[in-house]
Amino acid sequence: MNDRPAVSIQGVSKHFKAGVTALSGIDLDVRPQELISLIGPSGCGKSTLLRIIGDLIDPSEGVVEVNGKPASQARRDHDYGIVFQEAVLYDWRTVSKNIALPLELLRWSREKRTQRVNEMLRLVELEGFEDRRPWELSGGMQQRVAIARALSFDPSLLLMDEPFGALDEMTRERLNMELLRIWEASGSTIVFVTHSIAEAVFLSTRVVVMSPRPGQIADLVDVDLPYPRTAETREEPRFFELVTGVRERLAGRGAQVEPELLEDAT
Amino acid sequence: MTVAIRRRAIDWGPPLLVFALGILSWQLLVVAFNVQEFLLPKPTEIARTLWDERSSLWHAGIYTFKEALGGFAIGSSLAIAVSLVFAAFRPFGTAFMPFAVAANAVPIIAFAPIMNNWFGLLNPFSKMAIAAVLCFFPVLINMLRGLTSVDPRAIELMRSYAAGQTSTFRRVRIPASLPHLFAGLKIASVLSMIGAIVGEYFGGPITALGVTILNASAYTNFSLAWAGIVVASAFGILFYSAVAFAERLTTSWDPSRRAFHGE
Repeated sequence: MNDRPAVSIQGVSKHFKAGVTALSGIDLDVRPQELISLIGPSGCGKSTLLRIIGDLIDPSEGVVEVNGKPASQARRDHDYGIVFQEAVLYDWRTVSKNIALPLELLRWSREKRTQRVNEMLRLVELEGFEDRRPWELSGGMQQRVAIARALSFDPSLLLMDEPFGALDEMTRERLNMELLRIWEASGSTIVFVTHSIAEAVFLSTRVVVMSPRPGQIADLVDVDLPYPRTAETREEPRFFELVTGVRERLAGRGAQVEPELLEDAT
Repeated sequence: MTVAIRRRAIDWGPPLLVFALGILSWQLLVVAFNVQEFLLPKPTEIARTLWDERSSLWHAGIYTFKEALGGFAIGSSLAIAVSLVFAAFRPFGTAFMPFAVAANAVPIIAFAPIMNNWFGLLNPFSKMAIAAVLCFFPVLINMLRGLTSVDPRAIELMRSYAAGQTSTFRRVRIPASLPHLFAGLKIASVLSMIGAIVGEYFGGPITALGVTILNASAYTNFSLAWAGIVVASAFGILFYSAVAFAERLTTSWDPSRRAFHGE
C-alpha cells in the first residue's frame, strides 16, 4: 500500500488569463512520509503548484492525485493541512479555539477537541498560551499555532507555503528543527515551498529545483543527510556540498536567480 | 484600582475641562456683548428652561427617541440581511451595489415630507421610515465591505477544511465583518436621531421633540427651543455611546481597535 505515492502530479500546467504560463508540464511523485521542498526564484510557480496540489486552484492541464484520489476528493476527505507564510489566525478566536477550528468543522465532541488541542499545544510547545489572542504572540509563536491548527485533525499531507519566510533567521532555524521533530512524530507527508536553499537542504528528503517562465522542474536533488538532523548538520561538509549543488542547479539553467536566494545559503 | 481611577481622570479630565470652559465663555460672551435671546440665550437660561419643562421635554425626547430607535432597528437589520445576501450571491451584489453607493450619496432626508404623506403625519412610522432609510445605506455598505474584505487565505483555509458557505460565513466572514458593521451602526445611530427630528419638522404630534423645537422657535420661546436641542443632543450622544459600548463588548478582540486605544 505504501508503494502508492502520497502525491502524484502528472503533466500539470497552469495558464493564467493574462496569457502568463505559470507552470508547464510538471511531473512529480511525492512518496509517503517524505518531506519534499519546492525551491526556485519568484515567478517559478512553486506556490501555484502547491495551491494546485491542495485543490485551491485547478490546473489548466494535467491531474493531481493525493493518496490515490483526485485532489478535490482528498480536500473533501480532509487530507490537507495548510500553512501559509503568514499565520492567518482568526483574531476573534483564542489560540486554542484557532487550533480547534478544523475540529469543530469535523464535528468532534467538545472533550475530544479539548484533548487534542492540549496535545497540539504540547507538540508546538505553547502550553500556557491557550487563552491568548493571536496578536499577543510573536511571529514565530503565531506560526507554531498555525502549524498546530494544520496538524490538529491528522491530515496525511501538510502543505507549507514559505511558512518561515517572514521570520528572523534565528527563529527560522529553531522552527526548522521543531518542524523536523513534529514531522517525525506525526508521520505525515510534507510539501514545503521555500526561498531558502539552506532551509530546503536542511529539512528535506528531496529538493525540487524549479525554474521560471514557464515554471518547470529543473532538477531533483536527493538529500542524503541522515535524520535526525541537528544544529551540527548545518556544519557538515556534505551539507555545504548539497547547498552548493542546489545553488548551481538554480543558477545553471540561466534562470534569473535573485541575489537574496544566493545569500540565504551562506 | 486607584491606578484605574487615576487613568480615568487623566482620560476624562481634559475634555471635561474644555466643556466647562466652553459653557463658561458662552455665558460670559452673551452677557458681555448683551446678545439678544433670539440670537443666543444664556446657558443658565437654557438650564432653567430644561428644569422647568423637564417633564414635557423628557416625554418628547422619549417619543422621538423611540421613533429613531425603531427606524434604526428596521433599517439596520434590513441592511445586515441584504449585505449577507449580496456577499453570498456576488452577482446580486455587483448588480445592486452601484445603486446602493449612489443612494448613499442622495440627501435622503429630502424624502421626509413624502414619508409623512405615505404613512401619515401623526403616525410615528412615518418618522421611523425616514430614519430607517437613512440607516440602511451606511450599514449596508460597511457590513458588505467587512464581509468581502476578508483575507483571501483565511477563506482558502476554510476551503481546505472542506467547510461549506454557511460555515465560512458563520466562522469567518461574519466575525471578521463585525468591526465594519459597528462603524456603520455608529453612523446610523446618529442619522436615526437626525431623521426622526427632521421628519417631525415637517409635521408630527405636538408631543414630539422636533415639533416642540419648531413651535418654540415659531413662538419666540428660544430658550425652550434650545432646551429641546440639548435634549435631542443628549439622546443622540447616549444612543451613540450605547452602540459604541456594544461594539466594545463584541469586538474587544480586534487588534486594530486595541492599537488605536493604546490598550
